Amino acid sequence: MTLSGALEVASCTDPGMVRSHNEDSIASDGDRGLVVLADGMGGYNAGEVASGMATTVIITELQQLLEKKVPYEIDAHSGKLVAHQLLHEQVAKANTSIYQAAQSQPQYAGMGTTLVVALFYDNKVTVAHIGDSRLYRLRGDELRQVTKDHSLLQEQIDSGVITPQQARQSQNKNLVTRALGIDPIVEAEIHDYDTQPGDIYLLCSDGLCDMVSDDDIGLALQTLSSNLKLCAQHLVQTANDNGGRDNISVILVRVLRDYPAPRSIVGKMMSWFK
Amino acid sequence: MAKLILSMDGLVLKEIALTKERTTIGRKPHNDIQIDNLAVSGEHAVIVTILQDSFLEDLGSTNGTVVNGQPIKKHFLQNNDIVELGKYKLKYVNETPAGQAKAADFEKTMVLRPGSMRPAPAAPAPAAAAPVAAAAAAGTKNFGDTVAGGQSATAAPVAASKPAAAPQKNAALQLLSGANAGKELDLTKPLTTLGKPGVQVAVITRRPQGFFITHVEGASFPVVNGKTLDAQAHSLNDHDVIELAGVKMEFFLKT
Repeated sequence: MTLSGALEVASCTDPGMVRSHNEDSIASDGDRGLVVLADGMGGYNAGEVASGMATTVIITELQQLLEKKVPYEIDAHSGKLVAHQLLHEQVAKANTSIYQAAQSQPQYAGMGTTLVVALFYDNKVTVAHIGDSRLYRLRGDELRQVTKDHSLLQEQIDSGVITPQQARQSQNKNLVTRALGIDPIVEAEIHDYDTQPGDIYLLCSDGLCDMVSDDDIGLALQTLSSNLKLCAQHLVQTANDNGGRDNISVILVRVLRDYPAPRSIVGKMMSWFK
Repeated sequence: MAKLILSMDGLVLKEIALTKERTTIGRKPHNDIQIDNLAVSGEHAVIVTILQDSFLEDLGSTNGTVVNGQPIKKHFLQNNDIVELGKYKLKYVNETPAGQAKAADFEKTMVLRPGSMRPAPAAPAPAAAAPVAAAAAAGTKNFGDTVAGGQSATAAPVAASKPAAAPQKNAALQLLSGANAGKELDLTKPLTTLGKPGVQVAVITRRPQGFFITHVEGASFPVVNGKTLDAQAHSLNDHDVIELAGVKMEFFLKT
């Protein structure tokens, strides 16, 4: 199954103005409707190793699995949507790989990574995330944060200890409550959303959303939507102009047309010839 | 780790590190910070500290709690806030490890695991605690210097977290040809698009370094002072003439 022509993908990643290493990692496959972003953590270059493992495992495994499996079908064995099943399994696999590397190699001890994955199929997107890397959606002139961070600050906001405005001044940034590769088992948060032609999805590491306000992100997505690559570069540049204190990664996905699943036999036949 | 500096009439009386989750302030002796003054209530206020953040809450005191001249009920303390209780002043100093040489390292994302928050602060604190404690110890001897050092060291990251200073000058475009010739367009937004969608669009970005024009879409590229641009951003100078989608306009800086 291919979505060629349904999605436009552009990305940009940069170490920022302060860090020497880029511990973020991004990967995408527009034809399969798959984008992955990870923000690694850990000493020396362990952060890069963790985020690189996460994106590599997830993109290569899913590329192969999507050849055989159909994301919008229900898995006969588990009764779950295949898309959820696939993401669940591959996140677990990436977690195990990173966890075992961290356990067996002393220089990788304690490494981990955040993760956000989006899988587009059948006019929908399934989003899996762990930690504080985010997915936003621009629809019309409204920018919405789709994922909710797994972080101390988000928990404090939820429990009413601080307001979202105060959170921007907090010294307790960068404390995530969930990460890939830290514990033997991790649960990704997985949700489905309907997509519409014209939607723009933004996956980003905290290096972007800590440095650039949601208003400025929304303005950039709206005004530069016709040139996605430039838009991605502009977002990274704005984060750097504002100080660029962390690595900055951005993946943009624009929905160009509807991409319903081919339900009938004829439809399936047609999709083979595409 | 954050601390409070208790003073009266400009005289420093005491320095209190905010190591506990709850630090109580009041006249009665069981308070963590006892201030024996009749203007201070028995249980006057409490400071709740969660890792690097501290929150001040008035406990329904008779004379109230004032922060930076404003009476408050609950307040999220920021570095250098002045808390007033009667004649006494408490200065809140949060010399975050951002002030340390390894600022970037500290700010790296960390995992907060269940149970790690109490009783000991989470992972980042131990590494940070040592140098700060050292600084605090040194501070008892040469206190003024330490505070000044802390301030200057933390100034940079604080500035960085705010949007960078906008360019000194404002700028505008004046249309020189077309139906709206003579009209002026102020470039106040971070991004201003020009041209006709689907035909030719360029964007002017307002950055700390100045103003830049970049091609966005369309087969033809914008022309500045008679020269056709490439896909790269082009820095604009005062009185540059831009041609775009058949319209000429002049870029100029405003004072």
